[in-house]
Amino acid sequence: MSDVKKVRIATCSLAGCFGCHMSLLDIDERLFDLLEAVEFDRTPLTDIKHCSPCDVGIVEGGVCNAENVHVLKEFRKNCKVLVAMGACAITGGLPAMRNNIDLWDCFQEVYQYEGGLEGGQIPNDRELPLPFDKVHPIYEVVKVDYFLPGCPPSGEAIWKFLTDLLAGREPKLDYEQLHYD
Amino acid sequence: MSKTITIDGNEIPFAEGQTIMDAAMAAKIYIPHLCHNPEFKPHGSCKLCTVRANGRAVSACTMPAGEGMVIENKTGELDDERRAIVQMLFVEGNHLCPTCEKSGNCQLQAVAYCLDMMSPHYNHFYPPREVDASHPDVFLDRNRCILCELCVRASRDVDGKNVFGLSGRGIGSRLVVNSASGRLGDSTFAVTDRAAQVCPTGAILIKRQGFSVPIGSRIYDHKPICQVETEGKSGGEHE
Repeated sequence: MSDVKKVRIATCSLAGCFGCHMSLLDIDERLFDLLEAVEFDRTPLTDIKHCSPCDVGIVEGGVCNAENVHVLKEFRKNCKVLVAMGACAITGGLPAMRNNIDLWDCFQEVYQYEGGLEGGQIPNDRELPLPFDKVHPIYEVVKVDYFLPGCPPSGEAIWKFLTDLLAGREPKLDYEQLHYD
Repeated sequence: MSKTITIDGNEIPFAEGQTIMDAAMAAKIYIPHLCHNPEFKPHGSCKLCTVRANGRAVSACTMPAGEGMVIENKTGELDDERRAIVQMLFVEGNHLCPTCEKSGNCQLQAVAYCLDMMSPHYNHFYPPREVDASHPDVFLDRNRCILCELCVRASRDVDGKNVFGLSGRGIGSRLVVNSASGRLGDSTFAVTDRAAQVCPTGAILIKRQGFSVPIGSRIYDHKPICQVETEGKSGGEHE
C-alpha cells in the first residue's frame, strides 16, 4: 500500500455543529481502513489551518458569515471534488431557522435578553467575522459536486459514500441511508 | 371484457369514470403525488403525477382513463421533472426537516427520497411565513404548507366547515383561516376534524404528539412511499 498515492481529503465545519464530523468518527474501526487509503489535509482532526491542493473536500455547515465564505472558497479552489455533508450545508439547516428573524433582534435575544445575561453585550470585536442576515447552503455560493444529506448522515451513510467515491463509483446511498433529518 | 389501459407495459383494467390515478391505485401501481388523496375530489395542482398518456403530458389524478390508453409513468425523464417540482417545493417554503415533527412521516420528504433528491438544487427563498399556535390542539405552520388544498377540501367536503382556503396569487399564495381574526383558534376547527389529519407535510400538526414515534418506527424510515402506498397503508397521517 505504501507506494500507492493516498487520496488527500480536507474537511471543515462552517455554520454547523460538528455533528457530521462526530458521525464521521462513528465509522469506528473502519477509520483505520480509511487511513490506509486517504490522508487528511486541513480538518479539525489535524488542526491544519489552511487547505492545500486536495482530491476531496468535505464541508459541513452552511454559510452564515464572511469567514465561512472565505473558507468555502479556499476549499473549492483547492479540492477537485467538493462534497456538501449534512443538512446545514445542503439547506442551511437549523441555523437557517433564524432567516426570518431580524439579525439585530436575534443578537439582542441571545446576548442581552436571555435570562441570566444581565449586563450582557453583543460581541463587537473587529476580529469577529461579519454575520450575514441569512444563512445559506454552500451550493448557493460555490459549485458542489456531491451531496450527502442527513442531520447528521449516519456513519454507515458516510462510509458508503466514501467507499463508493474512493472506488471510483458514483456514490449511491441505500434507501435507509438517505434521510434529511 | 373490461376496458384496459397500459402503464409502463402493464395492462390493467379500469371502470368507466375512473381516472388514470384511480386505475393505477387499484392495480397497486405507484404514481408519485402530493395533492391527491383518493378520499377527496382530485385537485390536479401539484403536477407530480404527470404521466404521458398516448404521448401527451397529463395529470394522472384528473385525466379519465380511456380504452387502450398507453401510459408512461416510471421513466427517467418524468422522474427528473418530478424531482425538479419537489425541489422547487422545498426552496419555495421553509422545509427544514431536522426541525420538523413530521419528519419520517412526511409525504413531501418521502416523495423526495423516492426520487433520489440529494439537494434542493435551486436557491432558497426562505419566505417569511406565519405560524399560528392559537388553537388549543393544533399548530398551523405555514412554513411547511405546499398549498395542496387537502385541508381545504377535507374541511369543506367532509367536515362541512370551510375552515381553510387559499388566498393571494403566485408566490403570495397562502393558506388562510375562515375566522374574523384569521386565527385558527377563533375558527370552528376541531382536532377531530378530518382536515386535521390530511396534511401531507408538517403544516398542520396536532399538539402534544410531536416525536411520539421514535426514529426507526416512522412510516417511511424503512420503506419508500411507493411501497407503503401500494401495500395499502395511507402514508403521512397521524396514527
